[in-house]
Amino acid sequence: MMHLPVLIVVVPLLAGALIVLLNHRKGAWLITLLTSIFLVFSSVQLIQMLGQADVITYTLGGWNAPLGIELRIDGLSALMVLILAASALLVSIYALKSVEKEIPEKNHVPFYTALLFVLAGLIGISVTADAFNIFVFLEISSLSTYALISMGRDRRALYASYLYLIMGTIGATFILIGIGFMYVMTGTLNIEDLAQRLPAVADTNAIRAAFAFITIGVGIKAAMLPLHQWLPNAYAYSPSVVSIFLAATATKVAVYVLIRFVSSLYGIEFSLVQMPFDNLLMILGTIGVLAGSVYAIYQSNVKRMLAYSSVAQIGYILLAIGLASQPGFTAALLHMFNHALIKGTLFMALGVIFYRFASTELSAMSGLGKTMPLTMAAFTIGGLSLIGVPGTAGFVSKWYLVTALLDASLWPLALLILVASILTLIYVGRVIEVAYFRPVPEGRTRQKTPLTMIVALWIFALSNIYFGLDTDISLGLSSFAVNQLIGVAL
Amino acid sequence: MNELFGHFNYYIVVILMMMGLYIVIASSNLVKKLIGLSVFQVSVFILYITFGKVTEGSPPILTDNTDVYSNPLPHVLILTAIVVGVATTSVGLALIVRIQEAYGSIDEDDINAMDDKDDDHLEKKV
Repeated sequence: MMHLPVLIVVVPLLAGALIVLLNHRKGAWLITLLTSIFLVFSSVQLIQMLGQADVITYTLGGWNAPLGIELRIDGLSALMVLILAASALLVSIYALKSVEKEIPEKNHVPFYTALLFVLAGLIGISVTADAFNIFVFLEISSLSTYALISMGRDRRALYASYLYLIMGTIGATFILIGIGFMYVMTGTLNIEDLAQRLPAVADTNAIRAAFAFITIGVGIKAAMLPLHQWLPNAYAYSPSVVSIFLAATATKVAVYVLIRFVSSLYGIEFSLVQMPFDNLLMILGTIGVLAGSVYAIYQSNVKRMLAYSSVAQIGYILLAIGLASQPGFTAALLHMFNHALIKGTLFMALGVIFYRFASTELSAMSGLGKTMPLTMAAFTIGGLSLIGVPGTAGFVSKWYLVTALLDASLWPLALLILVASILTLIYVGRVIEVAYFRPVPEGRTRQKTPLTMIVALWIFALSNIYFGLDTDISLGLSSFAVNQLIGVAL
Repeated sequence: MNELFGHFNYYIVVILMMMGLYIVIASSNLVKKLIGLSVFQVSVFILYITFGKVTEGSPPILTDNTDVYSNPLPHVLILTAIVVGVATTSVGLALIVRIQEAYGSIDEDDINAMDDKDDDHLEKKV
């Protein structure tokens, strides 16, 4: 139990290596599944441990911080680990059949290895308390992500992966420059330590430059609007399993890094009050919400449409952070959690459709409401949740966002959120219309979809409804994390 | 004068960084882009290594009585970053090989033109 914080990083890394050594196709899947089951249990355990202690710390190799590297799990980290572990579990149940269909057999073993490495990297980012360590884990997960994306069937997957590699590396290197500047000014890399030493030197250009480099670097990774170009193609052409996992987790982890730097490291006072970053976040967030939604309407490929919708949803989260208030942060964390559920459901449903027709074009989906009722019903639930219909998870986070906006008396922005919901209705509605009200093409009959895929899809879909009705877990964890991050009095 | 030469490394870092970024943005050849990216990364490595160097400082190894010493930590950090950089370049080059196989070209403009053609083809089918 004592070593749990480090085990959740080490186990997926070792499991990934083990898969390569065993070099067995089915074995690779089984190990991935077992690893993610372990991770889900660990994350639940960690959340329970947080009930007793405020933070769980772990010193690597017995070297105490700030000299050694420290792992530090607070409410926010625990929330991220929960999102990652739960998505990983559902994705690995789903992967069995989907990967068999989409990936050539010789690539199965490297595929699962890369998937586990991405997972290890993302969890590592969430639990580490060392700024340089964040960079290292970021690169572990990114390099594996490039490999995963390039395994898509379409040749455009290769080019999308290449562009992501260029953008992602520039982003990571910017973060590296920023961390370097901070190290020069303070002589430490431990986040806690940095937070204590930064105020003394905060009024220097080096620290301001560091802040700028880090936010732009993280902005690229999180697909903040003008830096989002890599995302649509990377999501659209990668294998279904990869799109599901990335859409549910990757950009959220980048947003986590942003929140960590903005609140724990620099402190709200510096980053959102002294620097004009709050306004920037709100402006970019709002443009992201609107532009992402409008782009989504014009896509003929549903997977690409959802990718643009992801840009819009990241916009919501950034907008909420930009409010620099407690309700704003709560809304942001809540939406990170709920958006993982929403996009997980939608991309999984598309994966099932791709499994059957090898296409995610809108034109391929006519009449699907009749031939694939279970899949389309799940898609509809996900779509409703994306729009923010009451009773779904999407409604809860939008409600908190609108309330936070009204608290800050920013009613024009609240109005824009509602407009964006209508835009969402348009692009989700297009798919629903084609699926339910267009005739079934001739010769297309109902066929069986693999049970594992349907089960994983429906767990995701039902959790949208569950977390729409019972917000104890999601809201409780989010507000616990926010209290730790910025304190009650703000 | 001392100021100028004392900051020599930093001038080099800035020049290399801008050259690297410019190549990434301006070049349409995928290999050149990747090498530009490498130059950009290397400039950051030099930046870190320069941070660690103190004038007249010696490495604090095997001796207890050094007063002025160079900080070894940035070097170690950059060792990690170099490994990451090499890995990035090799993954990128592997991708370029596969792009060459799939498209028959490693020129950005050619690839974009081919992708646009594919998109048009799809839209006509719709």
